Amino acid sequence: MVSPILELSNINKSFGHVHANKDINLTINKGTIHGIIGENGAGKSTLMSIVYGLYQADSGTIKVSGNEINLKSPRDSIENGIGMVHQHFMLVENFTVLENIVLGFEGEVIFGKNLEKAKIDLKKLCETYNLNVDLDSVISDLSVGFRQRVEILKSLYRGAEVFILDEPTGVLTPQEVDELFKILRSLKEEGKTIVLITHKLNEIMDLTSEVSVMRQGEIVGHTKTKATNREKLAEMMVGRSVLLRINKSKTHRGDVAFKVENLIVKDDLDVARVKNVNLEIHAGEILGLAGVTGNGQTELLEALSGIRKVESGEIFLNGEKISDSLNLLNPRELKEKGLAHIPEDRQRMGLVTDFKASENLIFGYHDQEPYSKFSIMKEDKIFDYSKRVMEEYDVRPRSPHLMTSNFSGGNQQKLILSRELNENPKILLIGQPTRGVDIGAIEFIHQRLIDMRDKGAAILLVSVELEEVLSLSDRIIVMFDGKIVGERVNEDVTDRELGLLMAGVV
Amino acid sequence: MSFALDKSKVPWWVSNLIVPLVNLTLALLVSGLFIFIAGENPYQAIKLIIYGSFGYVEGFAYTLYYTTNFIFTGLAFAVAFHCRLFNIGGEGQAYIGGLGVFLVAINFSFLPVPIIWILSIAGAFIFGAAWAFIPAYLQAKRGSHIVITTIMFNFIASSLMVYLLVDVIRDMKQMGPHTVALPKELWLPSFKDFAAFFGIKIRYSPLNASFLLAIAASLFVWFLVWKTKWGYEMRAVGHNTQAAIYAGISPYKNIIIAMLISGGLAGLLSINEVLGVHHKIVSGFPAGYGFTGIAVALMGRNHPIGIFPAAFLFGILYQGGSEVTFDMPNITRYMFVAVQGVIILFSGALENLFRPQIESFFVNKLNRQAKV
Repeated sequence: MVSPILELSNINKSFGHVHANKDINLTINKGTIHGIIGENGAGKSTLMSIVYGLYQADSGTIKVSGNEINLKSPRDSIENGIGMVHQHFMLVENFTVLENIVLGFEGEVIFGKNLEKAKIDLKKLCETYNLNVDLDSVISDLSVGFRQRVEILKSLYRGAEVFILDEPTGVLTPQEVDELFKILRSLKEEGKTIVLITHKLNEIMDLTSEVSVMRQGEIVGHTKTKATNREKLAEMMVGRSVLLRINKSKTHRGDVAFKVENLIVKDDLDVARVKNVNLEIHAGEILGLAGVTGNGQTELLEALSGIRKVESGEIFLNGEKISDSLNLLNPRELKEKGLAHIPEDRQRMGLVTDFKASENLIFGYHDQEPYSKFSIMKEDKIFDYSKRVMEEYDVRPRSPHLMTSNFSGGNQQKLILSRELNENPKILLIGQPTRGVDIGAIEFIHQRLIDMRDKGAAILLVSVELEEVLSLSDRIIVMFDGKIVGERVNEDVTDRELGLLMAGVV
Repeated sequence: MSFALDKSKVPWWVSNLIVPLVNLTLALLVSGLFIFIAGENPYQAIKLIIYGSFGYVEGFAYTLYYTTNFIFTGLAFAVAFHCRLFNIGGEGQAYIGGLGVFLVAINFSFLPVPIIWILSIAGAFIFGAAWAFIPAYLQAKRGSHIVITTIMFNFIASSLMVYLLVDVIRDMKQMGPHTVALPKELWLPSFKDFAAFFGIKIRYSPLNASFLLAIAASLFVWFLVWKTKWGYEMRAVGHNTQAAIYAGISPYKNIIIAMLISGGLAGLLSINEVLGVHHKIVSGFPAGYGFTGIAVALMGRNHPIGIFPAAFLFGILYQGGSEVTFDMPNITRYMFVAVQGVIILFSGALENLFRPQIESFFVNKLNRQAKV
């Protein structure tokens, strides 16, 4: 007997100009494991945060077991039997497992009888679902996998019927993943419902009975897992909208301008994210780097641009070794050597939003003439220059003195793009060149990149937009799990083939 | 109903003049209530404050003397704050700065007087900066929070100076914790001397040439923060450290530079106190100016143009307040600490209390005018 436990209809949610969820309709049946798959930024986490009461939808209704409910806070969701296991755990590190679980639900001023009772209940739950958690251990002593179990146990104890897991395997080792899946299956057998948010196709195929695919804030498909396969899901995830037409002549490939050998890079948590990467970019060539977000592209870009330490391996610029594990040129020195970097997360990294537009337009070049001389900023020169590039790149409004935070997202992007492209770099590293940029600007940016290539620049284009990679690149490499898993010449590759490479299927 | 106000449409004079004035008025109203509860007439108290700080030449000179100290400590706080460093160690940095002034003045007495003055200023700056260096280094390299370290360094400075003033540099001919007086020719010209130069006779006041140094320091800070590469980099690190790293600006270097300049400016307070007023190091001469400087900087929005009037306001409160406590027996000195507290509360912590309403009021009004 299939009965819906959670029904969402016409959910909409916007953050400023970004429409994160558009008319979402979703029905989740009781006693199933329902997968929600999509790329990062597709709106999965926003949608689930609405269901959990962290955000309020702008419009739309939510029904639990047929009753319409009004979710104002996570407390409301908990009362309606919805539990969530976040990507980043919500646990008090120096409390014990038991203390964390009863937190907010202690029910008495001085711990005593209730706590004892809770302990007995929890032990029973642990046995039923094979959770195997020691209630008296302190969270900071537990491994990540066990902390996740504590989160699950917490939701169980609070009477959750629906469990939302947001990218639960991102932080786990393969063995821990197996254990987690066992637990999830036993939850399902006991009649609980699980919503699994992920961008990993394997997990969907292994675990779920139904799957919904999200792309750019919309649900683009529902299907039974049995009725689909990884290839089809990958296609749906990446999308197949019309390719933008680019006037692109054949490249005149020059010598190797940029070369990376055996590069290993670790992230802030000391986990290797770039695993032995080799690549070469020739002058007059755009090398596209495709891959699902979170497969090491960010760390690779940061290492190549001098922001992140290189664990081992070497980087060469025009045959000259510029970085290895002992010696890392800083971004300013790299800029002087003609390497420009447009970061993926531009608002966070590429701009100081509390600066005037003109100040951001020279950011990173501020100690070069004519913008400053003898360490004194040349304001009139900066102003004239700003006026000119803002005209050229159609930044609106054209007021160099306006605070950057007062520009719209798209125009902030243009500020960064114009700053970096205006210097006519010999080597350009660019992450997500058109993320958050309107259609008109996309074409302009693409044309600029092609022009730069024709003038002999070596360009590394990192993008999760497959269409973009396909329409701009001369050569394409695919990154999966920190490794380069394939290299193709653009002419003889299909987006389907790339999609499979990106998903780590072949 | 709440709606997002387009910040770019708010005229500068609304956010930078009207809002602070409204906050100040409210603070004065609440302070008036205190005075009323204490059993005195608030109106009379205001009159006394104004008379005390403006009513006669010496009173006004006292006001400007206090203003001088607040400018130094306010600027000190502001410079660090542009790099998002909360330097609350101005007190200790000023104290150690005094040591620099004294050592220079004693050891270089063979040089011409103007040179000694310049060297003393350098001494005050360098000693203040040196005292800020250790917290800066710990913040930059080890991530030890600057608030904690600077406040601890205030206590260390205080203990160190007490030790020095009692056992090492005390004027051994007497028992008080202070040094020998500096030779008279090294004393900075006082306001009284200036007036006498123009043939006007006035009584003593502590105002001296340091006031001019404070104005020069304000210009220096303005130029540094907004016109130089260093100020640009410091602000970049303060607003968005990650972006700074991306642009090849070293947060480490800029944290150190910002703190050194901040400590140095705080150190300059001792030029006023040691070279201008006491002519020796007396125990505890920073007397809380370092802390009040935080309020001055916040009220002045960390800009020299704002810090000057804010410092002047606190100068009025200090001078006028002492006049009030003198004339009104029910009002104690601590009452004026409370008044200061209320002003800090309204212009600092509650700064945004009425800001949205005031700003949207003016924006709507201007919009309506524009339509007509």
